[in-house]
Amino acid sequence: MDYATLLQILDSTIRLAVPLLLACLAGLWSERAGVFDIGLEGKMLVAAFASGAVAYITGSAWAGLAAGIGAALVWAVLHGIASITFRGNQLISGVALNFLASGMTVLVAQAAFSQGGRTPALSSSGRFNEVTLPFADAVREVPVIGPLYADVISGHSLLVYLAVLAVPATWWVLLRTRFGLRLRAVGENPAAVDTAGVSVTRLRFAAVLIAGVLCGIAGTYLATALQAGFGREMTAGRGYIALAALIFAKWRPWGALWATLLFGFFQAIALRPDVVPIPVAALEALPYVLTVLVLAGFVGKAIPPRAGGEPYVKER
Amino acid sequence: MRQIPRWADVVLVPLISLLLAAICATAVILAIGQDPWEAIVTMVTGALGSAYGWGYTLYYTTSFIFTGLAVTMAFHAGLFNIGGEGQAQLGGLGIALVLLYIPWPHWTVALLAAIVASAAFGAVWAAIPGWLQARRGSHIVITTIMFNYIAYALIVWMLVDVLRPPGQAEPATARFAVGIPALSDIPGLNLIFSDAVPANISLFLALIACVGVWALLWRTPLGYEIRAFGKSEAAARYAGIRPVRTVMIAMALSGALAGMMSINNVMGESGRLLQNSSEGAGFIGIAVALMGRNHPFGVVLSALLFGFLYQGGAELGLWTQIPIDLRVVVQGLVILFTGALDHMVRMMLGLVFAPRKVA
Repeated sequence: MDYATLLQILDSTIRLAVPLLLACLAGLWSERAGVFDIGLEGKMLVAAFASGAVAYITGSAWAGLAAGIGAALVWAVLHGIASITFRGNQLISGVALNFLASGMTVLVAQAAFSQGGRTPALSSSGRFNEVTLPFADAVREVPVIGPLYADVISGHSLLVYLAVLAVPATWWVLLRTRFGLRLRAVGENPAAVDTAGVSVTRLRFAAVLIAGVLCGIAGTYLATALQAGFGREMTAGRGYIALAALIFAKWRPWGALWATLLFGFFQAIALRPDVVPIPVAALEALPYVLTVLVLAGFVGKAIPPRAGGEPYVKER
Repeated sequence: MRQIPRWADVVLVPLISLLLAAICATAVILAIGQDPWEAIVTMVTGALGSAYGWGYTLYYTTSFIFTGLAVTMAFHAGLFNIGGEGQAQLGGLGIALVLLYIPWPHWTVALLAAIVASAAFGAVWAAIPGWLQARRGSHIVITTIMFNYIAYALIVWMLVDVLRPPGQAEPATARFAVGIPALSDIPGLNLIFSDAVPANISLFLALIACVGVWALLWRTPLGYEIRAFGKSEAAARYAGIRPVRTVMIAMALSGALAGMMSINNVMGESGRLLQNSSEGAGFIGIAVALMGRNHPFGVVLSALLFGFLYQGGAELGLWTQIPIDLRVVVQGLVILFTGALDHMVRMMLGLVFAPRKVA
């Protein structure tokens, strides 16, 4: 494999890792507050559809982003009502919302555009186009580092850089602010937080809504940056890979970055069977197999937040 | 939360949940500018109005009974098995292997072999996550999801590189030499199902499995252990119930049931193993089990309802402007209302059944 090929693979690694990263951070917020979120997939899917549809109608990528976040927030609120307010099973709620997203997006897309459950292709203004970072062209001629900067680091859509910035932001808010401390405490021992006079319900809703915003950006990225428009089931299991990455990352923000880059790398080389002579099926199964191994504690132990999955009952 | 009478809990709660799901589905149909009445008429005539329609409805029902029972089985042990999809596909692989490589003299013998193979493959595929949960403490929901994807990759690889006959472009196995009789092949029933229908004798197998699961759970010591473990792991441990053994057995039985679904679709309908053979039936099992209140006989009723919904949904896609995907929406709504918003319905009923204040 020559250097140019490697750069191409790294470039697509970043492209493919970004939706995983955003969804993984979404899951991190939610699960750190003690709300399991199987519904990342569904939230990304509704966001992808809403952003694709609105960006097509208005011709504005930013309107698409707003619509994408809005749609994912609706799903997040539903998840919150079911699993926080009515203390339903968080896992079942997530599964339900995934099905709802899968069916609704196609139904509405078909009713609105009659193109077999797709949105029409977006024009350039409806997409988040590639931005060139400063000095990218100037340093291109510098050996090794120049092409790396110009072709791999530079030249992505704005949402890619936003996703990368979300990592330190998540780290800082979650681990260095009072809000973050309380939020993590709710995921470990909600009764203690309740005793301290802080609303468990409000904190958990906040976490679920933040997860909604991040999933909204992830879905928008799929429909308006990675591709030009929405296609049915376009999330293609990314929500579940993000969950896998979250376990791999042991529920930590920087870990999420490395885990999703790793999984993005697997996806990138699966697209290049000419370079890596491994069966595609094996590469596709790899993230899942690795996750099972991590879960089983064979490769480092991943311990989830202690109150995860349990609705908090105040009176007891 | 206020107590509600048992009959209300068993009958009224699922009915109200179903009603809420139906109201939402109607709203969705109206929102996309279609006529709900037309939709209902199309679904009923398409799924129940002819022997052909019934043949498909019962075919789907058969699959859903198996996957619904699989989810139910695990649920009673306190385990949420989302892996029915992968377990069913592995069951299909087991069937394909025994039917392709061994020449069977008669379909009855082949059917027995297929039952054993599909159950064994499904059981193994579910027992691994079971073992990982019981011994290594990894969450069963996450591992079964991962195993769905691993199964999918495994089947793709088997069909593309191993089992595909030379010269065939499509990723699928060769046709099996033996099959099982369809309902329309059975003397007596062939008067009703005059055309060839996909529903086959595995429907009876599903009903037998249903009675079997009921007897196991409520009439045997093992069933008692499984249910006790599901109610309270700590209490069950204290009572001397071995947790690892119980989880493993419950998951293996659950996987075996999901695997046996493939007798219906792989051996019965398609006669060969195709990619994505289970077609989502593993996931529908979740809705079926929730709707059926995790009771085997409830599962039969709700499998029938989903069978109707599936065949009716297909007819919608054919004859109206409403896409076939409406059935996925309804499935999601049913899971949402019967599973996740269960407490909401009970709280509402709790208000209705509240004891009157004595003045």
